Amino acid sequence: MTTVPEPTTRPAASTGLVRSVLTSPRGAIVVAFLALLILACALAPLIAPYDPLAQHLSAVRSGPSGSYWLGTDSLGRDLLSRVLHGGRSSLFGVLEAVLALVIVAVPCGLFAGYLGGTVDRITMRVAEMVMSVPVIIILLAVLSIFDHSMTSAMIAFGVLGSAGLMRVVRGAALAAREELYVTAAELMGLSLLQVVTRHVLPRCRGVMIVQVSLFAAVALGVQTGLTFLSLGPPPPAPTWGGMVADAASVFNQDAWMLVPPGVTIALAVLAFGVLGDVVRDVNAEQHAAAPASRRRRGTDAPPGPGPVEPALSGDLLLSVRNLSVTADGEHPLTLLDDVGFDIAAGETVGLVGESGSGKTMTARAVMGLLPRNCRIASGQVVFDGRPIQGLDRRAFRELRGRRIAMISQEPMAALDPSFRIGSLVAEVVRAVDGSTGKVARARVMELLRMVEIPDPDAVARRFPHQISGGMAQRVAIAMALAGRPELLIADEPTTALDVTVQAEILDLLRSLQRENHMAILLVTHNWGVVADMCTKVVVMYAGQVVETACVDDVFDTPAHPYTRALLRSSPNNTPPGERIRAIPGTVPSPQDWPSGCRFASRCDLARPECGQEPIAVERISTGRVSRCIRVDALLETEVSRP
Amino acid sequence: MVKLLAHRIALSIPLVLLVSMVVFALESLVPGDPARTVLGQSATPENIAALHQQMGLDQPWIERYWNWLSGLFHGDLGTSVFTGDDVVTELNTRLGVTVSLVLCCVIVSAVAGLALGLFSAVRGGPAARVVDVLSLAGLALPNFWVAIVLVALFAVKIRLFPAIGYVEFAESPGHWVRSLVLPVIALSLFGVTAVAKQTRDSVLDVLDTDYVRVLRGNGVSESRIVLKHVLRNAAIPVVTVLGVVAVSMLGGTVFVEGVFVLPGLGTLATQATMDHDLPVILGIGVYFTVVVIIINLLVDLAYGVLNPKVRAS
Repeated sequence: MTTVPEPTTRPAASTGLVRSVLTSPRGAIVVAFLALLILACALAPLIAPYDPLAQHLSAVRSGPSGSYWLGTDSLGRDLLSRVLHGGRSSLFGVLEAVLALVIVAVPCGLFAGYLGGTVDRITMRVAEMVMSVPVIIILLAVLSIFDHSMTSAMIAFGVLGSAGLMRVVRGAALAAREELYVTAAELMGLSLLQVVTRHVLPRCRGVMIVQVSLFAAVALGVQTGLTFLSLGPPPPAPTWGGMVADAASVFNQDAWMLVPPGVTIALAVLAFGVLGDVVRDVNAEQHAAAPASRRRRGTDAPPGPGPVEPALSGDLLLSVRNLSVTADGEHPLTLLDDVGFDIAAGETVGLVGESGSGKTMTARAVMGLLPRNCRIASGQVVFDGRPIQGLDRRAFRELRGRRIAMISQEPMAALDPSFRIGSLVAEVVRAVDGSTGKVARARVMELLRMVEIPDPDAVARRFPHQISGGMAQRVAIAMALAGRPELLIADEPTTALDVTVQAEILDLLRSLQRENHMAILLVTHNWGVVADMCTKVVVMYAGQVVETACVDDVFDTPAHPYTRALLRSSPNNTPPGERIRAIPGTVPSPQDWPSGCRFASRCDLARPECGQEPIAVERISTGRVSRCIRVDALLETEVSRP
Repeated sequence: MVKLLAHRIALSIPLVLLVSMVVFALESLVPGDPARTVLGQSATPENIAALHQQMGLDQPWIERYWNWLSGLFHGDLGTSVFTGDDVVTELNTRLGVTVSLVLCCVIVSAVAGLALGLFSAVRGGPAARVVDVLSLAGLALPNFWVAIVLVALFAVKIRLFPAIGYVEFAESPGHWVRSLVLPVIALSLFGVTAVAKQTRDSVLDVLDTDYVRVLRGNGVSESRIVLKHVLRNAAIPVVTVLGVVAVSMLGGTVFVEGVFVLPGLGTLATQATMDHDLPVILGIGVYFTVVVIIINLLVDLAYGVLNPKVRAS
């Protein structure tokens, strides 16, 4: 062992969590309220205006007034003083329960998770058992045995409630055990106890606070419930639950008395509950990847309608013009910017680019299936002469399935896991043909045979998890073909499949396309698939189309540095034995898009002027456009290339 | 099914044994005379001696425990130290009330919670905020307080429902329903909101899945997607929450039954605690445990029906 990793590097210092909670508005309010409540109750003997037991018979059941801020009860006792004094026993009860909870759950959870094996199995089995105890009955038994001692009841409640916290702590300890710095600490010879308290415990802190504050909310509910049943301190001692019971006996004459104890209990329970939520949110944020700098920036004004080539051949089926898509929210973002291309009937167009370039978003915009917070901000998607924006649901349904259909990347995720294959395909058949029963069933079998599934009857009876990925993609294609669509949108249809299965699925798509004269928009990042299937290529980068060309031109003379870089980085174009020439850097996220050329930072032809202003698309020849002001230099180097 | 049942019972038998043993052990450890605690300070020595005899306090606790346990296997839970009634008979007459109450609450929680959660997930906006506010109220307001407010509003101010009392279903179904409306609302408020919140979260998750997108993309109507595919898949986590809610409502009967003077196990449990009547409390504990086992078993079964992967394995 030559090097030992530095064992002191631990994630998220404890001050970070506390500060994040206190700086969030909800967290600040809740913590301030709880602090105030606890302080006021603790100081009740000093600050309460009256003795909680003193009866003011001249002011019985008076509503709120100058001398009795919250009014008085039926014996003329001041309600504010009783709330403050009553809080002492309620909050103290919660403290007792929480202490019992922590003392039992934390060590058990830590050692079960950290040691694993038999200790873990036994602990978890006991925890599982305890979780099905009728807790309230045990509390009543305890109260009965210990002569209405609230302390024993609350301690019992803490012990019985420990299973939940124990599980959470165990999970965190289990995860911590795998961490490098914990292993390192072990190697350095720290004792078990030291490792656990110094390295494992701090990791569990966030989840522990969440569990403890949610438990405190429940414990307060139980404590007030038991005092409501007068199972706690005997009257006339003030308790919150007891005050509700007092009010219950006279609500015919005075309903107001219900309000002070009820609202106090509700607010206190709520405060504990919300505190748990806030800590959970903060914790989740801290554990998520460090968020990128969130610059708020306006969308670049699209540089006017750029030239878009008319389709190469045949009648125009789909035409996307200057399409911009934005995500609404706290920081509105432009996700697609001035996207345009055409698809003719029967044609296959490849949509190419790295992850994050906007291919899938474009495909979803065409289907009208943008994510919840996204919308088409400008531009048009025209299908068969009709713009699809502004179509109502019904009109969209006329289109989807019958004229445009889709298959997606993960064939397994594309099939509803709760239904059999036959019923899923029949669902789409029903939607597009309106047929049911025998007719629908016959069509389902026809479709399954069409996608060359060997034993359609048997497959129809299976659930999605019972078939292979390749088979699932065939089923997904069968569903897409049910409505005999004119355009199929295939979002990386083979990426998730084995190489041999990929070839089969591509063959199937090609033959189906020929038979049905169907156009395909093929989203992919595989140039082999493009060469195999497509007539035309649309290259996207950072939400923009950077090049459109027919497939032969793209491979011979790419007209955008990004296209060239993508082609060079393709495994198909890498000579055997050489490293893949990956493009340095990554696609910038939408919030980091520069105002000039978005590829400039990764481009070897970039000049200062590339970064100055938005680059417009230029038509370079028939059927070709490029979004590059250095296209001449690029084509020169291509020509002079050996 | 048999395997599930066996697993649940295997888990619960040691539990009942352990918990009851602890109760007997604790009772013997507590200083003072349990018989005097039951009878109060004014009891005569003869009375105390008689109760000693009845409670078997002359024997060591382990022997008393053994007697109780062998009784349990013969369906005998002893007699109440306070009234001298047979515990099993007493509990059986009251079981119907509590089961009716909890069953109605589970149904209301499931139906109202699913509807509310589904509506707020599909509609979003204001509907979602209403569910948020409601779920805060459901979490925060203690059920016994809600119960009193409901009585004040809908039984006293507007005389819509009876304030107290219970009518057997066999006697008059209409009155049975009327006697249960307010208790069910008070007790299921928490359940409705918990189910609604879980439904909304899981419906939003399912709406964002690939398979819903594919169904939409291939022309299946929105109503069929939501009512068939989304509901079915979202129901799986909801069932788990419903089980937790059912168990917590069973405990909640202890607080709520008393307000409406329903003659169920909850009021009996409160009374028995006041009277230090351990045989009755232990008996209720056994009954509640059985109900909890049944609830967990039903959840497991529903899980199997809803999730084909569980069914297959």
